[in-house]
Amino acid sequence: MRVSEAVVQTRSLRRQFGATLAVADLSLSIGRGEIFGFLGPNGAGKTTSLKLLLGLIEPSGGSGEVLGAPLGERRARTRIGFLPEHFRFHTCLTGRELLRFHGKLHGMRGAALERRIDELLVRVDLADAEDRPLREYSKGMTQRAGLAQALINEPELVFLDEPTSGLDPLGRLLVRDIIRELRDRGTTVFLNSHLLGEVEATCDRVVFVREGRIIRELSLAQPVADIAVELRVAPLDPATIAGLARFGSGITRAHELLRMRVSDESSIPKLAAWLVGRGLSIYELRVRRRSLEEWFVEIMGDGQRPG
Amino acid sequence: MRITLASLICALLLLAVFGTAVYFMHLLGPGAVARPAFIRHAQLEALTLAGLYVANFLTLAFAVLLPVDSISGEIESGVIQTIASKPVSRSTIVLGKWLAFLVMVAGYLLLVTLGVVLLVRLFTGFVPPHLATALPLLLLGAATLLTLSIAGGTRLKTITNAIVVFGFYAIAFIGGWIETIGAVVGSDASRYIGTAISLVSPVDALWRLASHGMQSPLVQQLPGPFSAAAVPSEAMVVWSVGFVLATLLIALRGFRTRAL
Repeated sequence: MRVSEAVVQTRSLRRQFGATLAVADLSLSIGRGEIFGFLGPNGAGKTTSLKLLLGLIEPSGGSGEVLGAPLGERRARTRIGFLPEHFRFHTCLTGRELLRFHGKLHGMRGAALERRIDELLVRVDLADAEDRPLREYSKGMTQRAGLAQALINEPELVFLDEPTSGLDPLGRLLVRDIIRELRDRGTTVFLNSHLLGEVEATCDRVVFVREGRIIRELSLAQPVADIAVELRVAPLDPATIAGLARFGSGITRAHELLRMRVSDESSIPKLAAWLVGRGLSIYELRVRRRSLEEWFVEIMGDGQRPG
Repeated sequence: MRITLASLICALLLLAVFGTAVYFMHLLGPGAVARPAFIRHAQLEALTLAGLYVANFLTLAFAVLLPVDSISGEIESGVIQTIASKPVSRSTIVLGKWLAFLVMVAGYLLLVTLGVVLLVRLFTGFVPPHLATALPLLLLGAATLLTLSIAGGTRLKTITNAIVVFGFYAIAFIGGWIETIGAVVGSDASRYIGTAISLVSPVDALWRLASHGMQSPLVQQLPGPFSAAAVPSEAMVVWSVGFVLATLLIALRGFRTRAL
């Protein structure tokens, strides 16, 4: 992935609601084509940040641009898609009417709009429900209709606020596939989610937000340093343990199992060759990258309580 | 949708009850008690005005309730977020709603008032004069409440908004009575208070102006909500147009800066 010009750029964005500081200091730069994850516990200011970028809320301080235009500018919105958290719409409309309405708000008309609606209904698996009113839709169907609504204008930048909430595993896979297709087409995706598995599977880069501030940034596109290795070899003598120290650090032993950390991936085959060379039998060699969930817990610290 | 349906049912009920009353009054009138023709006519006029008064009241209720949930409800449910993030200005959203609701209210007003007038004409042949002037005045009155309801929706929650707008109607109603009674008993202070209230909420003054035109000189002398012992000045029309425009500007401003 090549990150070129920034499609989202903010400087010290701040938003206060009365005495509550929802967003304290948001400075972001998101490149074109990036799949960007915005992570944080409930109440960290994620949705407020997203609304600031969309111009739904005015900032109390700071500034920013989206697609080269100042925050909230109307023209830039023709190239933006947005799926709000808990998408809802007038339940008297059918799926097709919903998409037609939103297409028209983007200035789309006629056969081109109907073609785009056909395409999207198939893509979000609602083609057989297009003529049913939204009040008959399940939560997952409504969410998928909302996703189609966010993509109606073939946007360059899509904001998805908890897109998989209310979806079953198949629905989640569908969203994941759609995000990948967007990436292939060069669309930038801003993903707001607390489902870390989803984020891990789709995002190139994530930031962790707490109390309205970015406290850590993490690239998921490059292999992460600090890899955990688990080994079961025999015979396990002190000389072997001492010899392993040249490949990594933090060696611990629990019965037959050795755990250690290596700093880069190329150490793993070297370590295996060294063990074989010494005439040891390898029964198990497992590599565990740190999951996003482990990062999350570490970065957010112990002070966090379940939200 | 439900509000429109309920309002239409109310309108049909009004027309059914009113039509029955006019039919029997006119049919039984001459045979039951011999009355001079001018009294019979005054009674018919009073009944017609009562019908138009209720028609106007239903229209006003429709004008308040139709848009009361439109903006505040869409903000509360989050529906507005997907609309306001599209390339349409917030002013367009408010003006679009205002215009659509105004057309619906105008349609409703025509349905109920012309329904009343047609029933009277059908059974008695009587048509109140100056209808063409009265109807726009009634629509202007409904527009004041409609616009207040939209403006309130940009800042208040639905129920609070409904209470506030009906409050405006209640103030106008009592202001009208104060002015009328003030005129009957010759109290200038009451007239001034009534006029001042009309400036804050002109809806009742517009009804009195409209109904005054539709009455014969005899009925104009009878005090009550259907008559107009105190006829508002025609400047009230200009004031009301200004009132609607100013309220609309407040609505546009209120929504433009609203956190959604």
